[in-house]
Amino acid sequence: MSKVLMKGNEAIGEGAIRAGCRHFFGYPITPQSELPHYLAKRMPEVGGVFLQAESEVSSINMVYGAAGAGVRVMTSSSSPGISLMQEGISYLVGAELPCVIVNVMRGGPGLGNIAPAQGDYFQSVKGGGHGDYKLIVLAPASVQEIIDMMQLAFDLADKYRTPVMVLGDGILGQMMEPVELDDEVTVPEIPARPWAASGLKGREKPNVINSLYIVPEECEKLNQRLFAKYAAITAAETRWEEYRLADAEIVLTGFGTCARIAKSVVDKARAEGIKAGLIRPITLWPFPAEVYAKATAHAEQFLCVEMSMGQMVEDVKLAVNGKRPVHFYGRSGGMVPLARDVLAEVRKLVAGGAK
Amino acid sequence: MTKVIFKRPRALSDKPFHYCPGCTHGIIHRLVAEVIDDMGIQDNTVGVCPVGCSVFAYDYFNVDMFQASHGRAPAVATGIKRALPDRMVFAYQGDGDLASIGTAEIVHAAARSEKISVIFVNNAVYGMTGGQMAPTTLPGQKTTTTPRGRDKELNGLPVKVCEMLAPLDGATYVARVSVHDPKHIMQAKKAIRKAFEIQRAGLGFALVEVLSTCPTNWGLAPREALKWLEENMIPYYPLGVYKEPAEVK
Repeated sequence: MSKVLMKGNEAIGEGAIRAGCRHFFGYPITPQSELPHYLAKRMPEVGGVFLQAESEVSSINMVYGAAGAGVRVMTSSSSPGISLMQEGISYLVGAELPCVIVNVMRGGPGLGNIAPAQGDYFQSVKGGGHGDYKLIVLAPASVQEIIDMMQLAFDLADKYRTPVMVLGDGILGQMMEPVELDDEVTVPEIPARPWAASGLKGREKPNVINSLYIVPEECEKLNQRLFAKYAAITAAETRWEEYRLADAEIVLTGFGTCARIAKSVVDKARAEGIKAGLIRPITLWPFPAEVYAKATAHAEQFLCVEMSMGQMVEDVKLAVNGKRPVHFYGRSGGMVPLARDVLAEVRKLVAGGAK
Repeated sequence: MTKVIFKRPRALSDKPFHYCPGCTHGIIHRLVAEVIDDMGIQDNTVGVCPVGCSVFAYDYFNVDMFQASHGRAPAVATGIKRALPDRMVFAYQGDGDLASIGTAEIVHAAARSEKISVIFVNNAVYGMTGGQMAPTTLPGQKTTTTPRGRDKELNGLPVKVCEMLAPLDGATYVARVSVHDPKHIMQAKKAIRKAFEIQRAGLGFALVEVLSTCPTNWGLAPREALKWLEENMIPYYPLGVYKEPAEVK
């Protein structure tokens, strides 16, 4: 075990390599550029492929080709680039191909800026591209968690034959933290892919990677199959973290960077005698709705902290199902909530009582 | 004793083509399949089919196939080839797919000298969506979106793909052929074979543009369509080899 100081973006790259990913296709965009920089150096060292594509559109289609050919493959981008990839992501879902897509979010809409934001929540968890679909969306909150989560991302992608998105923000990408790394890197065994289109090689029947279902009945069957798969994922893969939740009267919630801010607010509030707690969704889809529903037993109110105009708050409201008020505090456009401002909001809400 | 001297290529499935009467996609499919048979690479070939009339090519080729989104076949083929460098990878694209929505992908696959073979079928019109203007529609040619004929002031002028790609240093082999008569069909097969041979030799990017007919959207009988191709398309899109590596001349 070694302790290394690492940038979040580099940790994504190292985590992917340790997860057995040997193929990366991408296009530069801030604030995730250190990730392709890192992989451009590291991939050749481990016998892998790093290719800078001519656009995000090409990147995601190269991912489609490599994923369908049967290898572990990843791309990364930031908000405007992810928008360009949406067509390809929909095709990857339609063809049921495993891959990992990293989004290090920045301020938007439009060209926005290069500061951290979480305004792509809806785009990530509600579909994003055309058609009926979901992505598994993982939201790490520290550099160590990034390293560990990359393995999970590739494993889930393989297990369910689906694209998995790792959703971070500019702070997570740019921050440096110490991480523990195994000195010995053993390449994990990658599950067989009998469905891959990689040449007949003695097979009788060709494999076809396709998302075209021209007969409506067959296309509906595809959608039913996908949603049966999503039900299985929801049952088995929903992940979250609870912090000082057991007796919390006000439950803060947020993902990624906002969860860390909220966690420090919970401690400050507790020091003042306010019974605060935290729920941090780790999977944004599937959303950990049950823990919110359960928390309504003791929580009088909820506060959603986001770097957006309030996107996750909709899922929290659905989970709470009208039983308790759900409040929102957020900044957007690349602004980051300050702990003292969130704490002031908590004090105000507690003083006002649950409405 | 009877002897089989002509049969369906092994690299084609038994499924009957869905193409319109007189459309030359069937001939071009067959040529690609014959080349795969002749070279003995059926087991090792992966194809990428486009969006457009030949979207179902994956049903016809008896090799592993991908269906790519509109215009992105060269990027998908790049992903396959980079993942499996020892496989033979071909992309089959129409003119709307390659010369319109997918121009960036084809230009950069050529610029990278991606070791793939691209079969580019040019029939100067959009087929599947109902006979609209393509980037390759001839000046004056009537289509459903150029009802008075393609007007250069309004619509610009056609994209000549071979002439556009051949000057790229990364383009290794670029040729234009036609399938309007048996002599030219034989020449087309040779060019397709060369595109695959270049890939097998690891020499780089190869593209064969095949001038093709669309009797339905041209509003012509199949035989008239072949004549129209010969008399109108070939003068605008001259046949020939636009780029060839010294090693395989």
